[in-house]
Amino acid sequence: MAIMHHLTDSLLMAHAAGQLPEAFGLVVATHVSLCDECRARLAAFETVGGVMLDGCGEAAMSEGSLEATLARIAGRPPEAPRQAPRPGIFPAPLRDYVGGDLGAVRWRGVGGGVRQAIIPTSRAATVRLLHIPGGMAVPDHGHRGIELTLVLKGAFRDAGDRFARGDVEVATEADRHTPVAEPGDACICLAATEGPLRFTALLPRLAQPFLRI
Amino acid sequence: MLTGTLLADNVDAPLLTPTGAIEARQRASARGRQELAASQAQGPDWVAEVLAVRDRRDQRAFAALFRHFAPRVKSFLLRAGAGEALAEECAQEVMATLWHKAHLFDPARASVSTWVYTIARNRRIDALRRQRRPEPEELPWGPEPEPDPDDALVMQQETERLGAAIARLPDKQRDLIERAFYGDLSHSEIAEATGLPLGTIKSRIRLALERLRHQLG
Ligand SMILES: [Zn+2]
Repeated sequence: MAIMHHLTDSLLMAHAAGQLPEAFGLVVATHVSLCDECRARLAAFETVGGVMLDGCGEAAMSEGSLEATLARIAGRPPEAPRQAPRPGIFPAPLRDYVGGDLGAVRWRGVGGGVRQAIIPTSRAATVRLLHIPGGMAVPDHGHRGIELTLVLKGAFRDAGDRFARGDVEVATEADRHTPVAEPGDACICLAATEGPLRFTALLPRLAQPFLRI
Repeated sequence: MLTGTLLADNVDAPLLTPTGAIEARQRASARGRQELAASQAQGPDWVAEVLAVRDRRDQRAFAALFRHFAPRVKSFLLRAGAGEALAEECAQEVMATLWHKAHLFDPARASVSTWVYTIARNRRIDALRRQRRPEPEELPWGPEPEPDPDDALVMQQETERLGAAIARLPDKQRDLIERAFYGDLSHSEIAEATGLPLGTIKSRIRLALERLRHQLG
């Protein structure tokens, strides 16, 4: 099935410029791994970076820097050959962070059959895997700022739109969205939020600090 | 903080149809041949130098790349806030990475400047922000071992055209774009900088991806 829901230009440009928090970068890289359209758009923004590099002037390298660099090169083992793509649910960037595929995830229940696994990243934003049983609503995150939800397995519906593997929903706090997993198999998503996620619908606020373990 | 303005835009153009893609390729290819002579007169062929490093571990080619790109990478890192010693260290590291990753360079999808930029950007995130940089999965089939010189040339020219287009932008917009890439722009401001003439380049890259997939299948 073709991917229907993509990343925005500003997210792709911010990623190309190296300005996204790591948590958002992981969702962007995972979507791009599945989506040639966004891979091409990201590469187009990276071309702008190439233009910036061309135009940013020259700063003199120190004496003997070429020789130092060649010594650096000689002192390093050759690159490992390209790894064959491994079958599985998680594209490579996500697999690298999790340390394996879906089976390697250490889930924690957060109520209502919903499970989550926080992926450690820099603290500017939070990214987690969510396991939503079929027919269940994704918990109301009560998030601030922007939220990205990328489907890896199964599907959810939100306000008439269907999101399946590879689709990413880009939402703000202004969108009062309520994604609901389609009946049947559980829906596995990768969700990035600014700041700590608050499961307001499921848990008293006092419990939140313990969620982020 | 990111803000909702990151939502202000969305996917722009629809995918090229297969017919449109072929026509675009033919047009680009013809143009590439026409401009071959002109472009070759302009300066060194950086693509050929990278391929010489990849295929022959050619130190002369590497030295030429180093003389051109290392001072630019260092300048870029200084502008992005690195101190002199760190910028020097990172620029050397970026050039060493160019050597080691030369087999991943695909001239049908990026000019050498763009590729070096991505290495420098990742190095900057690593050294200045001390956070990991999640990278998309590399395409399993990788670049073609013998890239079509036309493809490489057209990508090079498209990058130059984009440079000229950016140079013609109003000062205010160009300033926003520069600040976005040097890292002193908030994410909400980045949304204002996204209106760039990238359609042709995106189509070229999309085409290169499609052809790689086609070759595999
Ligand atoms: Zn996409």
